[in-house]
Amino acid sequence: MPTTLTTAPPITRPAATPTKRTARPRRLEALAAVAMASPAVVLLFIFLIVPILLAFGLAFTNAQLVSPRPMRFIGLDNFTRLAGDTVFWASLRNTLYFAVVVVPVQAGCALILAMLVNAKIRGRNFLRTVYFVPAVTSMVVVSLLWRFMYQPDGLVNKFLAAITLGRWEGIDWLNHPTTALPAIMFMSIWQGVGFHMVIWLAGLQTIPLELYEAADIDGATGWNRFRYVTWPGLRATRTFILVTITIATFSLFTQISVMTQGGPLDATSTVVFMAVRTGYEQHSTGYASAISLAFFVLVLTVSAVQRFLTRERP
Amino acid sequence: MLWTHNAGNDKELGVVRQIIDDFNASQATFKVEYQAFPQGAYNDSVVAAAAAKKLPCLLDIDGPNVPNWAWAKYLQPLDMPENRFADQLPSTVGKYDGKVYSFGFYDVALSMITRKSTLSRYGIRVPTLKQPWSGAEFTAAITKIKSSGDFDYPLDLNTGATGEWWPYGYSPFLQSFGGDLVDRSSYTTASGALNGAPALAWAKWFQGLAADGMVAKKSGQDPAVDFTNGKTAISWNGSWAADTVTAKFDDVLFLPPPDFGAGPKIGGGSWQWGMTSSCGSREGAQAYLNFARQTKYFVEFGKATGLIPASTTAAAQLPNYAPEGKYRVFLDLAGTAVVRPETPGYPYISSVFTKAAQDILNGADPKQTLDKAVTDIDNNIKQNDNYRS
Repeated sequence: MPTTLTTAPPITRPAATPTKRTARPRRLEALAAVAMASPAVVLLFIFLIVPILLAFGLAFTNAQLVSPRPMRFIGLDNFTRLAGDTVFWASLRNTLYFAVVVVPVQAGCALILAMLVNAKIRGRNFLRTVYFVPAVTSMVVVSLLWRFMYQPDGLVNKFLAAITLGRWEGIDWLNHPTTALPAIMFMSIWQGVGFHMVIWLAGLQTIPLELYEAADIDGATGWNRFRYVTWPGLRATRTFILVTITIATFSLFTQISVMTQGGPLDATSTVVFMAVRTGYEQHSTGYASAISLAFFVLVLTVSAVQRFLTRERP
Repeated sequence: MLWTHNAGNDKELGVVRQIIDDFNASQATFKVEYQAFPQGAYNDSVVAAAAAKKLPCLLDIDGPNVPNWAWAKYLQPLDMPENRFADQLPSTVGKYDGKVYSFGFYDVALSMITRKSTLSRYGIRVPTLKQPWSGAEFTAAITKIKSSGDFDYPLDLNTGATGEWWPYGYSPFLQSFGGDLVDRSSYTTASGALNGAPALAWAKWFQGLAADGMVAKKSGQDPAVDFTNGKTAISWNGSWAADTVTAKFDDVLFLPPPDFGAGPKIGGGSWQWGMTSSCGSREGAQAYLNFARQTKYFVEFGKATGLIPASTTAAAQLPNYAPEGKYRVFLDLAGTAVVRPETPGYPYISSVFTKAAQDILNGADPKQTLDKAVTDIDNNIKQNDNYRS
């Protein structure tokens, strides 16, 4: 909620960890830990692990959503078909393109906004709330609104025409293979930037003020202050933001489903959208599972690479 | 228990409730209750309920889904004498494997909606079902309208709609060219039907419409509104739009589609009722469906919805659909309707055709696109062992 943002006192530094625990039997502690973790673990198991394992199995069958026959093991058929499916490669390309653009731009814009609203200026609580509003609005609603705004006679074209004194020719943004995906990227960044701004903001406020004072005494200003105090201080936040935005961009679905249905000419089809379409609209559960499995491997690989790049160096 | 897709559609639901109340009052052995779902979530609910083995006794079903659900053993044959359906429009009886699984109370028809004054202004002949426009005549007509610059687009094919509209609205053109969605002699391949020379001719024509600016690649939200606002000259739309357009203009014409060689074609098949295999009380379900099949209920549906009554006897009792009635033309058009392929593989075919048609409209290579669609459909049929029951 935006209101809690404005009233919460700024966090000055991480709470100090208690130095020593009283001597309790460790076994009791372990039991308590298991008891506390179990509700989450059970839920995770039923709704995450089991479906993943099922998808692994189904990917090698001809399972159908609606069918009177038992499914049959068909080996690697689904995967050979996938390798030759041009829609899949287009979807993969679009997903990667989306991630490569959105991850740095969204993280960067969020950081800039965070630093702006972190400065001691008048009305900063108001600004924080304003930037956060899109993040608490449902993506479906946002997508619907922007679909209207992107129409040939929509707000975006009218605005561009107004500032170019009518020299702007209306573009049907979502109906051109070249502009559809960038248009969705722009909207997604607009929607997601507020949320990550708040996370950056939390990170900024964990940086001890003394460090800035020390930097001031050393005569560091502007860029140097950012480069040698702020940036290193945001290490943990950075990793978190990188991972969350990456996963969010890979699972791009809502915007596509509401705005373009993967068109025109597969220019906005994504891996998740293709999997959902194949599984539900086309009833091909087995093939959809194979797509999901490929997606799983992709996310796993990217996460592993990120983990390696952001590891704690000794 | 009966499930219907009518939640939010009070007029139609009212008739359903009336039939149920009458039936419950007419005898004491069986009692029917109903549950209404919003149309958008209806099919998903049925599929989920079937997976959980919790289907109700009676269902309403969108026409093209009947074979799929019959094949999946959701539905059982009605097991009523065939001649009971003799006076119904063929497109309102759901058949699979030679057996009747469902029947409907109404159908809808597509037509080229325009105004008499529009046609006479550009000197265009008013076609009839016996003498429809030829393909060349149609092209000449819309070209003439376009060159006048009086309209945003001379033709509106409702390309902004999604989902089932695409096969429903555009496969009749394909069939008029002589192609089809699938080879209906065997239902085991789409090869030849969907990528032969007639299909290719259809694809080029369809693509040309968008490329030449005859139709919008993505039309407005509501084609009937665009038509009444004078943005479009001829609108390819369903009979559900008839009330809207006749309320605005008094010289509206509902014309048959052009004949591209194999005659003018429109699609057919709307919502129908059937009973499920898991029904505990088969006699009750049959008794109910028998009871509902009275002419007066066909008339009630016709009155409530304004749609085409499924039986000719009922049509005679509805002023709009009686001979010389203002919507009689829809009944005649519905007589030429081609139902979507009666095969369990239809949902897949529908999805693939929709995507192919969208890609073609957006400029994809017609031959490549249709070949890929055929490959996909054939793969799917093969993976499901030809959808044998």
